[in-house]
Amino acid sequence: MARPAPARPARAFPLWAGAGFAALLVWSWHGTGVDPAALFGPEGLGQIAAYVRKLFPPDLSAHALRDAASGAVETFAISLIGSLLSVGIAAPLSLLATRTLLYRGILFEGRPPGPGARARRVALYAAGKATLRVLRTIPEIVWALIFVFMVGLGPFPGVLALGFHTGGVLGKLFGEVLEDVDPAPLEALQATGATRFQVLVYGVLPQALPQFVSYTLYRWEVNIRAAAMMGFVGAGGLGQRIHVAISLFHEHQLLTLILAIYLIVTLVDALSAYLRARLV
Amino acid sequence: MARGPSAAPVDRFPASPSRSVFPYVFGAVLLASVVFSLREAQVDPRRFVEGEALANVARFVRGAFPPKLSRDFLGLMARPALETIQISVMGTAIAVLIGLPLGLLATSSLTWRGILHERTSRSGRWTLGFVPYALSRATLSVLRSIPEYVWAFMFVRAVGLGPFPGVLAIGVAYGGMLGKVYSEILETMSPRPLETLHAAGAGKPGVILYGLVPQALPNVVAYTLYRWECAIRASAILGFVGAGGLGQQIELSMRMFQFDEVLTLLAILFALVAGVDWISGRIRARLA
Repeated sequence: MARPAPARPARAFPLWAGAGFAALLVWSWHGTGVDPAALFGPEGLGQIAAYVRKLFPPDLSAHALRDAASGAVETFAISLIGSLLSVGIAAPLSLLATRTLLYRGILFEGRPPGPGARARRVALYAAGKATLRVLRTIPEIVWALIFVFMVGLGPFPGVLALGFHTGGVLGKLFGEVLEDVDPAPLEALQATGATRFQVLVYGVLPQALPQFVSYTLYRWEVNIRAAAMMGFVGAGGLGQRIHVAISLFHEHQLLTLILAIYLIVTLVDALSAYLRARLV
Repeated sequence: MARGPSAAPVDRFPASPSRSVFPYVFGAVLLASVVFSLREAQVDPRRFVEGEALANVARFVRGAFPPKLSRDFLGLMARPALETIQISVMGTAIAVLIGLPLGLLATSSLTWRGILHERTSRSGRWTLGFVPYALSRATLSVLRSIPEYVWAFMFVRAVGLGPFPGVLAIGVAYGGMLGKVYSEILETMSPRPLETLHAAGAGKPGVILYGLVPQALPNVVAYTLYRWECAIRASAILGFVGAGGLGQQIELSMRMFQFDEVLTLLAILFALVAGVDWISGRIRARLA
């Protein structure tokens, strides 16, 4: 946060933290076989230069452009429907992942749930949280593998994969937003005799909605990149075409496809920024 | 936002036409894109119930339980699991090395605009300020718009298989993201301390070191830690293109239909991600 900088020059972390961090770096350096010489030595640089030379010029024949365009459209479609699906998954689950809607906070002041009901609600909350955690811990690409196995090849398993993973991410974020709303309007509604459901609809959701939209747009930006990757396991989009181009050593076509990714990602970033400014 | 009748300041600001048309245009475009995308993405829930889908689900679930917990298998998987952590740490470190200098250059208040540059000549601002600024912004945009796995593929070509290309891929792609966010953080810092230092006669390095760095550091560190959390997931994914780590094992087991191994590997990944989240959360809590 922008604090007016009282003299707090990077409060020195304890020494052990610094030492641990250094040890972590050294350990990782060795474990990953980082080898600057291989990269920046004459041989590495030569290999990179040779590879880059092979990429140019991009293949701009009508066929390659058509292929890239249809891949880009498919990727866009996967990201859009996948993001909407994730909202559909996240919105109901986030209600379960919100303590203040289930068993504590001002909604329950004065009329707390009985001990049995409270235990059930706490269990519901724990189950909601756990579901979301499982959904988001499994990476998109693993979801894609699983869904390709279930429903076959094509963009559809990509949509499902994005929806499930992002559903877990958004559900967590939505729940945090719901817990953080300003309590004053809720109290005001309660004072007028509103039921819990009415407080949720007229007090909590209107406050949370702009944040929901903002997070969803942000995840859309993440998803367009992920959608471009799905194809590697057979889930359509630009990734599939890139996979083919790489496997068949069609380097010029590969560059065309990479340019297509760059364009579609930049487009979605700009669109999302515009919508965020407009809607939120 | 709710717009009640009393909320609209009707007299002074006649509602601009674009503002009032926007919701309809937005709704129509969204609806059209959704309809179009549903067809384009071949969304078809029936595929879950027809053919072998259900049998496949059953096969997957039956195969996955119980997870494979034999000592041999766990011993074999320890190395890829540690490798995943190492890739994420090293990748994030390289991302900072790339993102920090480019991010500083991509900050307009540091390179060509605002308080620090009042005494610089116009041409000096252009050549020494705006040109590097624009170049680093363009570089960052290219770095972050090409997904990690495409970078990984190219680095596999350049330096061979193994974790190193994974490190480079995360470093380059995340460097682009870190650089952009660093510059955004720096741009939003309060200019007051800078002005004060400037007025007191501090030079540029002094203003940056004592005015900007202390303000920006907590946010910069917090965002870097957040990216580290993302990197652990990414490093698990990069294995799919031959860049080491857990992903490679997950793909192998999946392709061999060893679903009990897949479940164990996912559980390991789950533990790794939870551990990294916890550590990073602890550090961020201390910084805030």
